[in-house]
Amino acid sequence: MIPAHTPPPRPADVYFFATCVVDQFYPGAGMDAITLLERQGIRVHFPEEQTCCGQPAYTSGFPDAARKVAAHQLTLFPQDWPVVVPSGSCAGMMKHHYPTLFAADPVRKAQAEKLSARVYELTQFLVDVLNFKPEDCGSDCTVVLHTSCSARREMGVHLTGRQLLGDLKNVNVAQQDHESECCGFGGTFSIKQPEISGAMVEDKVKALKATGAERVVSADCGCLMNILGHAAWKDAQEGRKTPSLPGEHIASFLLRRTSK
Amino acid sequence: MSARDRILGKLRHGAPSTVPALPDVASWFAGHRPVESGTEKAARFRHFIELAHAEVYSVARDNWTATLHQVLKARGIGKLLVAEGTPHGEVALDELPPRGVECSVYDMAIEAWKSEMFNATPASLTAARAAIAETGTLILWPDALEPRLMSLVPPVHVVLLDATKIYNTFYEAMTAEGWQDGLPTNSLLISGPSKTADIQQTLAYGAHGPKELIVLLLEGEQ
Amino acid sequence: MNAQPIHFKPSEGFRARSKAVVDNPFLRQSFRGAMDFLMSKRAAQFPDDEELQSLRSLGEAIRQYNLAKLPELLERLEANLTRNGVKVHWAETPDEANAIILGICQRHSAKLMVKGKSMVSEEIELNHAAEAAGVGALESDMGEYIVQLANEKPSHIIMPAIHKTKEEIARLFADKVEGVDYTDNVDALIQIGRNVLRQKFLEADIGLSGVNFAVAETGTLCLVENEGNGRMCTTAPPIHIAITGIEKIVEKLEHVPPLLSLLTRSATGQNISTYFNMISSPRKPGEKDGPEEVHLVLLDNGRSQAYADEQLRKTLQCIRCGACMNHCPVYTRIGGHAYGTTYPGPIGKIVSPHMLGLEATSSMATASSLCGACGEVCPVKIPIPELLMRLREEAFTAPHADPVMRGQGAGYSPLISGIWRGWAMVYRSPLLYRMATWLGSRFGGLLPARQGAWTSVRVPLRPAGKRLRDMLRERG
Repeated sequence: MIPAHTPPPRPADVYFFATCVVDQFYPGAGMDAITLLERQGIRVHFPEEQTCCGQPAYTSGFPDAARKVAAHQLTLFPQDWPVVVPSGSCAGMMKHHYPTLFAADPVRKAQAEKLSARVYELTQFLVDVLNFKPEDCGSDCTVVLHTSCSARREMGVHLTGRQLLGDLKNVNVAQQDHESECCGFGGTFSIKQPEISGAMVEDKVKALKATGAERVVSADCGCLMNILGHAAWKDAQEGRKTPSLPGEHIASFLLRRTSK
Repeated sequence: MSARDRILGKLRHGAPSTVPALPDVASWFAGHRPVESGTEKAARFRHFIELAHAEVYSVARDNWTATLHQVLKARGIGKLLVAEGTPHGEVALDELPPRGVECSVYDMAIEAWKSEMFNATPASLTAARAAIAETGTLILWPDALEPRLMSLVPPVHVVLLDATKIYNTFYEAMTAEGWQDGLPTNSLLISGPSKTADIQQTLAYGAHGPKELIVLLLEGEQ
Repeated sequence: MNAQPIHFKPSEGFRARSKAVVDNPFLRQSFRGAMDFLMSKRAAQFPDDEELQSLRSLGEAIRQYNLAKLPELLERLEANLTRNGVKVHWAETPDEANAIILGICQRHSAKLMVKGKSMVSEEIELNHAAEAAGVGALESDMGEYIVQLANEKPSHIIMPAIHKTKEEIARLFADKVEGVDYTDNVDALIQIGRNVLRQKFLEADIGLSGVNFAVAETGTLCLVENEGNGRMCTTAPPIHIAITGIEKIVEKLEHVPPLLSLLTRSATGQNISTYFNMISSPRKPGEKDGPEEVHLVLLDNGRSQAYADEQLRKTLQCIRCGACMNHCPVYTRIGGHAYGTTYPGPIGKIVSPHMLGLEATSSMATASSLCGACGEVCPVKIPIPELLMRLREEAFTAPHADPVMRGQGAGYSPLISGIWRGWAMVYRSPLLYRMATWLGSRFGGLLPARQGAWTSVRVPLRPAGKRLRDMLRERG
């Protein structure tokens, strides 16, 4: 269920919730997202105490563990500023699952609801709140966009990434076969059911490559870890030295294209 | 305790304390389905049932047996099962034999002639009680005069439909006719000839029921 | 007709079965093609998203309303069917259901039962029980007939033989059907099936069917089908036995049109099925055909367990359209048989644990990336991903005294639970998190090149040399 929301007026300050994956595996994407926001004249606050939204435990069937970790995040955003998250699935966790997670705890439930109301996925924030229109400074290129299932179905923001890329006048956005299908990551699914997950990512990488795009961009680092991880594995298997499917977070791509 | 009591006991124990409001089916249909004129409904009915591979012929009220005769002749069918005692059955019994079509009647319980029904009845004629434009659907209420197997076993099923009896939707048909107050032994919606796509999603007609469904649409003044 | 019973332990060998399909490029391509076909057929039926969403909401409301009144409605259904002359039976377990059905067969010295499509009859393994009792049970839905002839199980609830090519079916018919030469012409194959089965409809003593909707206010059993075999089974033999799960009930006849529309459009992309067959009584005096006796068997088999929990009750909203499997990226990769349950795909994962216990099904809930495609297309808005997470919790939490499900805690592992407790301890503490991630950033290079299942098709994960927080601090 995607609640209707009225974008707030352009804020001066936002919180940045990086997510544990970005903090540890894709810090460059986090930096680029922050820079992108700052270039819009926004002060970006990074609460040092942040860790993880709790989603890995939540989706694996360990809500108690998730609750403990999520409860900690509830304390990090005292000001009434938007919380921008460079990941659709983590934003979805905070926006849609926190109130459920704390259903039995009225105090935290109220905190969770207040937080949920101001959680934004990065591309959604750029488009819906900042009305960001990227000015393309790069040369002609073709990219393909992968949107995470949570961003698409939980956050309903599959159109904002496409819109941002569409605004880049020298960028052609290719359309992959079975675009809306899952890449096969699914957190612990990828290690609990490696055969199925492996088949899914294999098909996803094939479809992305078949577009002829020179790179894949995504607003979700979990998907990128899976997709790029498989593409690199395949390259190694087949003795390729240069990546057959490079990729990056959409924030990095946007920042580069808009930098003179 | 019986299985019945145990099941009901568990369900009562597990039931929610409140029942949600009765869903408003009427307003959904009012908001989402057009109410069309007779001509529009006939056209919509025809479009959808033809899409489902039925053949539709517009026929005059006083001369439909001529079309029926043509339909049978074109298929080399010389024998038709009709419902004796129904108005349309009596017309067929009067008018088809002189044109060389033998008419058999369903005048005894199926047990006495099951093999003949299955093996030697190439075509049947029944009436439709009404129809549904939205989906191109015939409504049949088989009865003692026009029993259930007539619309199922013969490979060619011809249906006579009065074009003034087409409803917009299934919902409209059942509410307008007060079906909730009682249904017959068997009531049927039929929306084309029998078909299957069970082999490699390839559509094939005549799976178990009629291979051909032919609708004679009675139009004009009653 | 010697179908082997499956002694359901779907969790056992699930990974091996799914690997076998995943490694077979021909099967992969074939499932993909079939699912693409069904998805595009459904999409074509719902061009207007507002109409679709409002109809789904209505469907959900109808199912929830009727489930809330389930015990009362079952009694009304029973009373009205009984008044109409239909005999109603209740079965808590598959064994009880089989005993009821075979008892009716025996009272009538029945030799042959023809069956219309009924997943509930698959659920109770009726064919096997009938065979053991000396009653022939012949499937008459074309797909089910093919699957039975091949001594297999359906791999899809709507398209039972979706895993088979026409060439395989051609060879099967040439081998198993008397006097038939090889042909892979689909029309010819269907005519072969038609001719064999027509003779059986004529001879059968009993016709068995499922039920799509049972209407309490009128005492009516509704059946949805395209082939006409369901009508044959419920009309030609002298006795008709219908079997249904206790959840498929609606109070009012007017609840049927929205559900029917959702069902056929979601299942096969048809605006309506060829036949919608409403049966309210056995043959009445003066009527010339139809069964002399009609029986309805109401089966629980774990449904009352799901019913007792507010969240799990939503499982019972299902109208068995199969859209969730058609849209499931996991089902598309492994097909129906790999699941090892009567009901495969997303609906199978959420309904089977109530039938078979979590002890037999705990790994099924893990076989989902929680992508949400199933929940998005479900015509009655069952939140399948949420229910999968709940089942994971029920399976993996340590067994406790007052479980809501049979087999609660069956997947419990002290080690795994300990790991998550440890994870929570680190991730709830900024200090421990900073220490752990600092170590990761310094020594991540020392992580092994083989990281279990992850590196079976991916390069190893290595934390970046600097964390985002380090980069921010350096930037100042």
